Amino acid sequence: MRKLLKTHESYIAVILIVFSLIVGIINPKFFSIGNLFGLLKSTVVTGIFALGVLLVLISGEIDISFPAIGVVSMYITGTVFEAIDFSGPTILAFLFSGGIGVLLGLINAAVISTFRLPTLIVSLGTLSAYSGFVLTFIDTRIINRLSEPVVVYSKLAFFRRTMESGQIAELHFSFFVYLALAALTALILRYTIIGRGVYALGGDRQATKRAGFSIKKIEYFIYCYVGLLAGLAGIIHSAHVRNANPFDLVGGELNVIAATVLGGAIIGGGRGTVHGTLLGVMLITVINNSLILMGIPSYWQRFTTGFVLLIAVAIPQIGSVKSIRTPRRVRS
Amino acid sequence: MIAPLVEVKNIHKRFSGVYALSDVSLSIAPGEIRCLAGENGCGKSSLIKTIAGVYQPDEGQIILNGQMYDNLRPIDAIHEGIQVIYQDFSLFPNLTVAENLAINSQLEQGRKLVNWADMERTAQSALAHIKVDIPLRSRVETLSVANRQLVAIARALLHNAKLVIMDEPTTALTHNEVDSLFEVISELKSEGIATLFVSHKLREVLDISEKLTILRNGRKVSEGETNEYDEASITYHMTGRHISGNQFTFDATDDEIPLLSVDKLGREGAFENVSFNLSSGEIIGITGLLGSGRTEVALTLFGIHPANSGRMLIDGREVLIDSVDAALKAGIAYVPEDRLIEGLFLERSIGDNIIVSILDRIKDRMKFIDFKKASSIIETWIDTLKIATPNSENPAQSLSGGNQQRVVLAKWLAAESRIFILNGPTVGVDVGSKLEIHTRLRELASNGAGIIIMSDDMPEVVQNCNRVFVMHKGQIIREYKDDFVEDQLISEIENLK
Repeated sequence: MRKLLKTHESYIAVILIVFSLIVGIINPKFFSIGNLFGLLKSTVVTGIFALGVLLVLISGEIDISFPAIGVVSMYITGTVFEAIDFSGPTILAFLFSGGIGVLLGLINAAVISTFRLPTLIVSLGTLSAYSGFVLTFIDTRIINRLSEPVVVYSKLAFFRRTMESGQIAELHFSFFVYLALAALTALILRYTIIGRGVYALGGDRQATKRAGFSIKKIEYFIYCYVGLLAGLAGIIHSAHVRNANPFDLVGGELNVIAATVLGGAIIGGGRGTVHGTLLGVMLITVINNSLILMGIPSYWQRFTTGFVLLIAVAIPQIGSVKSIRTPRRVRS
Repeated sequence: MIAPLVEVKNIHKRFSGVYALSDVSLSIAPGEIRCLAGENGCGKSSLIKTIAGVYQPDEGQIILNGQMYDNLRPIDAIHEGIQVIYQDFSLFPNLTVAENLAINSQLEQGRKLVNWADMERTAQSALAHIKVDIPLRSRVETLSVANRQLVAIARALLHNAKLVIMDEPTTALTHNEVDSLFEVISELKSEGIATLFVSHKLREVLDISEKLTILRNGRKVSEGETNEYDEASITYHMTGRHISGNQFTFDATDDEIPLLSVDKLGREGAFENVSFNLSSGEIIGITGLLGSGRTEVALTLFGIHPANSGRMLIDGREVLIDSVDAALKAGIAYVPEDRLIEGLFLERSIGDNIIVSILDRIKDRMKFIDFKKASSIIETWIDTLKIATPNSENPAQSLSGGNQQRVVLAKWLAAESRIFILNGPTVGVDVGSKLEIHTRLRELASNGAGIIIMSDDMPEVVQNCNRVFVMHKGQIIREYKDDFVEDQLISEIENLK
């Protein structure tokens, strides 16, 4: 039990609860069912992106191209489905967008693996290449008329109820998609050989090779999976905002990486958990949304977000630095 | 005669024209404990990598279990039961002991999903095999070096090893840990598993091995039953020189004010009541078990962990050493235990490393670094300390361990330090370089410096110090002076365990 309390995840959970309580005391609307459902829906897109970022961070790399993959997949899907006036099952739109994501992830993987380049550098390039591709070769207008199945999806919600104020509170279906993807990611990381390979790669690259893993296979897996998640996040985002905007998403990558790091993934690699990431995403979302509820001016919001983030990641560090600095009694 | 497990014949290996191995033959029988000794750069690593299939020899034959290999690949060597435990152990620090042990077997079975129960069973039996008990679910990064090594050994045995090659396995181990490693090796022998033990530590070589092969400059210079050798003859074969240890002596003059006087120094939770004097020209030793507080004393003297009580006097005047800066100003130099991570900027040039602590003194009027002055200082010290490099612009990491150590010394000498604190000055250094370092230290002392050696290498302390203090549980419990008997000191230390 004591060990459980000492983990980074439980520490973030405590911060999340304390922060929520403070916000709730200042503005009781925070705990209204409508706001909570809204919060859960807001975690979805950041969260799905963050699951991909988690894998990359565990493997010891940093990828920033995922919002571009998301926007490209979403926009191409929007354009194509608008052009053919698609009216088939929703799942096809998801598969199409996810499929484009996998393809773009494959390009990332090929460059990273073939030329043995750091992911950060490669994804810096592909980030602008992908979003530039869309703007140059596809279009720059915002698509407001989404295809029928996506519109149907955008209205898919549960626990619908009318509040006293007359507002409608509902929990969007996307949240369950997010949970399912999180569960899938957790299972892959824990129970598949390739998932353990991702951890191994982040722990020691040389040892991974010596142990008989195929580093190439692990890298292709990571970046294709990131692509898939980004493609899905893209189409879900599009459904949430009911348009497909080619200028969207890109620029939000640091927020996602911050959420993942907040959730206990380490930039150096080898460590990170899905439940930590869920908590990190939740905390970032709560911070962003609740500042509005607390009546903090919007310029202050950026500042406060950054500040809370620094504190949240610094406190556990202070603990570990202290244990290094104080003279240790070595067992004799 | 039993058929040999490994037989390499007349191996030649060149790297860009330079011979790493020339005409080396080696034959290892099943269950044998063989030691491969030699100084750094003698070809030990090349030879084990050749046996493991990592390097392809330019000429010569490799025969494993009677099977001749023209082009031995690492995977072939593994199938023939050759397992190498590299110095870095190749473990995953972020994964659990169980996973580190068993992930290979899971991979070999071509599984797609992890069977955790099976993994723990495999891991448990692997540890039971070498009769050690390490919690399966703790992460490897939380283990001591000795336990990591045991994990690496246990993992090697999972692959039906017939020969375990250990590259410098004792470098980071304490005496007790070395003893338990030796027990494991004997245990392996009883199961018919051979061990090839690579080392340059003479006592260990003599203690554990049955047969000994000595390499020098890529050639096999001597081979035979270990009991035919003694320390002197091994040293001779390794270095090609006769190295005689002579005792360091110091003639104290009574009325002199000591260079450094430490009076009832203490630091809470680390050590207390530590008092001693150090005269100019003296070399004193502080020894004790790991955890006795000797490293803490060194760190306090150098201002890293300032003292809570007591005082320090230099030339009879009280000084307050509350920071590294204060220590440097007082002329105190510290050469840390792990020179590689603490003492040097490995990627920077040798020259930069030498002048790093005297930048203040080589500024010109414009506050820029006077490069002429800098390079003359650098050249002086490279010459004086005979640092083997063609160019002072080369990075420090291009040097061998012994030469890196000299760069650290050069840095402090350039800073005109008078009090030197050396923590394990020759850990991981081969016998030839060790002698060089000891010679440098004596030169330093004869030039008026006072030197404190913190070490658990008894022969080193005994031979090079005129006084030795024994620390235990944070206190100095005894002082050995002048003509003390080495065995007395060693048995006292043994009794503390």
